[in-house]
Amino acid sequence: MPRAERRMVPDVTPMSYYGQPVLKAPTWKWPIAGYLFTGGLAAGTSLVGASARIRRDRRLASAASAATLCALGASSAFLIEDLGRPSRFHHMLRVVKVTSPMSVGTWIFSLFSALAGASAAAEVGERAGVPERVARPAAAVAQVGSALVAPALATYTAVLVSDTAVPAWHDARRQLPWLFAGSATASGGAMGVVLSAALAPCGGGAFAAGPRRMAVAGALVEVGADEAMHRRLRSINTGDVAKPSVDSAYATGQPRRLARAARACTVGGAAAVALAGRRDRPRTRLIAGAGALSVLSGAALQRFAIFHAGRASAADPVYTVGPQRLRLVPPAGQP
Amino acid sequence: MTIIDRSSTGTDVTLAGVGTPAYDREQRVGFFTDTSVCIGCKACEVACKEWNDVPADGLEFLGRSYDNTGRLSADTWRHVAFVEQPVATPETQAVSGMRWLMSSDVCKHCTSAACLEVCPTGALFRTEFETVVVQQDICNGCGYCVSACPFGVIDQRKGDGRVWKCTLCYDRLRGGQTPACAQACPTQSIQFGPLEQLRERAATRVDALHQQGVADARLYGEDPADGVGGFGAFFLLLDRPEVYGLPPDPVSTTRDLPGMWRMAGAAALGMLGLAAGSLLEGGRRA
Ligand code: SF4
Repeated sequence: MPRAERRMVPDVTPMSYYGQPVLKAPTWKWPIAGYLFTGGLAAGTSLVGASARIRRDRRLASAASAATLCALGASSAFLIEDLGRPSRFHHMLRVVKVTSPMSVGTWIFSLFSALAGASAAAEVGERAGVPERVARPAAAVAQVGSALVAPALATYTAVLVSDTAVPAWHDARRQLPWLFAGSATASGGAMGVVLSAALAPCGGGAFAAGPRRMAVAGALVEVGADEAMHRRLRSINTGDVAKPSVDSAYATGQPRRLARAARACTVGGAAAVALAGRRDRPRTRLIAGAGALSVLSGAALQRFAIFHAGRASAADPVYTVGPQRLRLVPPAGQP
Repeated sequence: MTIIDRSSTGTDVTLAGVGTPAYDREQRVGFFTDTSVCIGCKACEVACKEWNDVPADGLEFLGRSYDNTGRLSADTWRHVAFVEQPVATPETQAVSGMRWLMSSDVCKHCTSAACLEVCPTGALFRTEFETVVVQQDICNGCGYCVSACPFGVIDQRKGDGRVWKCTLCYDRLRGGQTPACAQACPTQSIQFGPLEQLRERAATRVDALHQQGVADARLYGEDPADGVGGFGAFFLLLDRPEVYGLPPDPVSTTRDLPGMWRMAGAAALGMLGLAAGSLLEGGRRA
């Protein structure tokens, strides 16, 4: 039915009780947004590490392994810090529940950490005197194992935030896994570029070709999924004049600023990574490294944008009640 | 009268509350909150606080009619809403007076309870009465249930860190008693009993109101086919749910979970392929 023939008189029934939100504000604070980034970073970096291990580039493999552990350390700190009762964090381990993405995620995180930790331990062991023929295969198997779990670690967090009543998260449930996967891939590749630049391999030819390709491809997926997400959110009408769709949660304030900065950092950084470093020279290494840092910032900002847009959409009853009301009484069928 | 338990003294405990039907263990019980007879006395709020030892939630002056409680929270498990509405004469549309809508809100004890489903510790569980309760010795305050509840019921208690909400007086149910709020309600606006009976009673009541000319009377949450599988605590409202601060078409977020897992699985495989394609391509060292 054409737009002009739809409901003429706006629905004047208030959207809520004294304008109060229908939903409770998420109790999650910034560490959770931080974890969305560091978890993806750990996953992406472990993929770089495993491929370096397969290609027998032991310096990059060890560096990536160390970076993965750092990202994991930050992740654990963020996750535990955000609990209302941090001393009870181990209660997460008393059940396995497929209906709870947080429970599934706890087990994915634990498995990934165990493998990444084992790989690093084997390397330390080698230095401490464990025979090479034991330590090296152990490190390699654990590192490749962690890389196989990594995609699950990077994408379960999308299900974690989508499986809520928060409109800007739940309504983006089909796009968020791709966004998170792309963003984690970009972060991993970018970390690979940064590590390669720091290790300064001198061999001529292309500089960190694999991680560079990975960073650019990940950034493309991230930006594409982000576009798809906004298109989806724009299609969910609220019936409100000032905030016409759920995407309006991204239209003002912090979510808008963060989303814009994220896009600029990701696109600019990916371009720099793609263009610089085709020849291995100190200057191009520097530019590619800076681009990689920009891609990393973009990924972090993107997670914070999503986090804050979710909070904004939960705080305003229009995003909760509007689409539900239109679902019950579609505008065209209005008596 | 059904014998529902045996007390410590050996005498049979039966249920004899006014207007409260007998119930057995293993039977789904709930509330039918008939807001058309609510007088806004807040006896339910007080009784709930008293019985459950719920801490004070601050002294706020909200200036919203007679409601200074505001909302359900970790420290408010029953909340009486006061809506003041101008009433117009149908013929002239001129405002001819005011009406008060009062409604005592509570946890819905959803059939498909998102809070319970997403809880990663198993602290939230379903009791033998099919109510939804938090085990306070298990909860670690992850806050997932808070974002999952489509009604904004459950919340974290400040300074305590754990989440709290209505237990439908689990302790009283086990003792064969009526929950405190329903016991205290002087108008039987809050009715407690086996859910099946409450649904029948609600259908009769809404028909009666329609016959008396209250065309706006409607049931909210009585339908097991709704987005949360029906409420264990449902309502009779005199206006649209959103007017009382209730979502008009709540859906349990976990309904879409299988699709979300599938999409995440696809994205995970895509990520693995993307990484392998870009990292392992070419023979030279990366
Ligand atoms: S109303 Fe909210 S807190 Fe109560 S059972 Fe349903 S989802 Fe859980």
